[in-house]
Amino acid sequence: MQGAVREHADHLRRVGSEVVLVKHPEDLQVIDGLIIPGGESTTIGKLIRKYELYDGIRERIEDGMPVFGTCAGLILLAKKIEGSDEAHLAVMDTVVDRNSFGRQRESFEANLPISEIDGEAFPCVFIRAPHIVSAGSDVSVLATYGEKIVAARQGNRLATAFHPELSDDLRMHAYFLDMVRGSSQPD
Amino acid sequence: MTVIGSDRVKRGMAQMQKNGVIMDVINAEQARIAEAAGAVAVMALERVPSDIRAAGGVARMADPTIVEEVMKSVSIPVMAKCRIGHIVEARILEAMAVDYIDESEVLTPADDKFHINKRDFTVPFVCGARDLGEALRRIAEGASMLRTKGEPGTGNIIEAVKHIRTMRAQIRKVTAMSEDELVAESKAIGAPYELLLEIHQTGELPVVNFAAGGVATPADAALMMELGSDGVFVGSGIFKSENPEKFARAVVEATMNFQDYDLLVRLSKDLGTPMKGIELSTLANNERMAERGW
Repeated sequence: MQGAVREHADHLRRVGSEVVLVKHPEDLQVIDGLIIPGGESTTIGKLIRKYELYDGIRERIEDGMPVFGTCAGLILLAKKIEGSDEAHLAVMDTVVDRNSFGRQRESFEANLPISEIDGEAFPCVFIRAPHIVSAGSDVSVLATYGEKIVAARQGNRLATAFHPELSDDLRMHAYFLDMVRGSSQPD
Repeated sequence: MTVIGSDRVKRGMAQMQKNGVIMDVINAEQARIAEAAGAVAVMALERVPSDIRAAGGVARMADPTIVEEVMKSVSIPVMAKCRIGHIVEARILEAMAVDYIDESEVLTPADDKFHINKRDFTVPFVCGARDLGEALRRIAEGASMLRTKGEPGTGNIIEAVKHIRTMRAQIRKVTAMSEDELVAESKAIGAPYELLLEIHQTGELPVVNFAAGGVATPADAALMMELGSDGVFVGSGIFKSENPEKFARAVVEATMNFQDYDLLVRLSKDLGTPMKGIELSTLANNERMAERGW
């Protein structure tokens, strides 16, 4: 759809996943996991409703399909957006603040340790990034920048305020692929 | 540990805009219409290119009041234009925290020899280009995003088509060359060797490249995507059309689904009269904005 789709697709292929670009409701039937990329959350939010992806995506997530939202994707997953009455998919027990690090001038890179990701700190690229203001008790915080939550997981739902697809580090995508493999194994 | 204004952050901002439409607006009301229609960013201007053309005289950076009004009215990124080579207009826009600066040939150039050294800035820049040499010269100066120049304010797509086709053909040529031919090619097209070598190795530009300059219908936007653009700028086309809301929505959808021809049929219906447009052969050379800059 709109945003940094190709960058995510490249990373997924490099960690050994097949990639399907989801544009229509029927595309949702063939996937085992979904990435909602960075882009403009207002634009993507409108488009998923317009192309009747909204209900389909929600249902699959509620049924346990792993989903990974980066930046705009983190906003789309949240149950509440500060300063707005309307959320988008509202499947993650988080309250988020948009553009909470300032305008593009203030966008930045920082290496942050992420729990669940072994080894050295992860190169995090923040672009007009949101952050998670508060999260429910089911949500585990994976990374913070100062006081701000910038990565979190709630069961099959993973979200980062930064863009792992813009760095060369594949560990976040590998982690998500593990989530997908875990969930698609028969009980 | 925290780094601002890196290439990755500046180019990354443009990567988030891919498959999207950036619309020219001249006030808060138009900006809200653009945002509601699904624009990924707006370009805040005092006049759209076709009016700049009609008004004549020297076209300069917009009054900061207009840019601030637009910045307050929407949550999507806001871009603004400075004159080619006008370092201070760019600094003013950066001080206002505009999200992206367009060093644009739509305004009257301030410097006939030098473009701005964009590496000095924390805010990212987009620049126009007609061919690969010009594109790589702008990247060498620090541009984080490119667009075709096209011929702004004409509603005529022919120049934008020429520019994207030229760039794509040159990229294919450089990719297929043997490495020992690259220095000669670098000299021939006036492009820095290191950037040419990068294209030879990757087969693509290192920054996002949008279409601009003459997009007047949803089909024009889809055409530019078909030819390999990463997204579309629409200037005069939207708010010079009869029904801007509907037109804006149609361009957004056409850009994202440029190969869904059944959808394009629907999007192209009943849009009212598009902007009238100008046949390029009637434009004198000194009226051609694409000739500005080098």
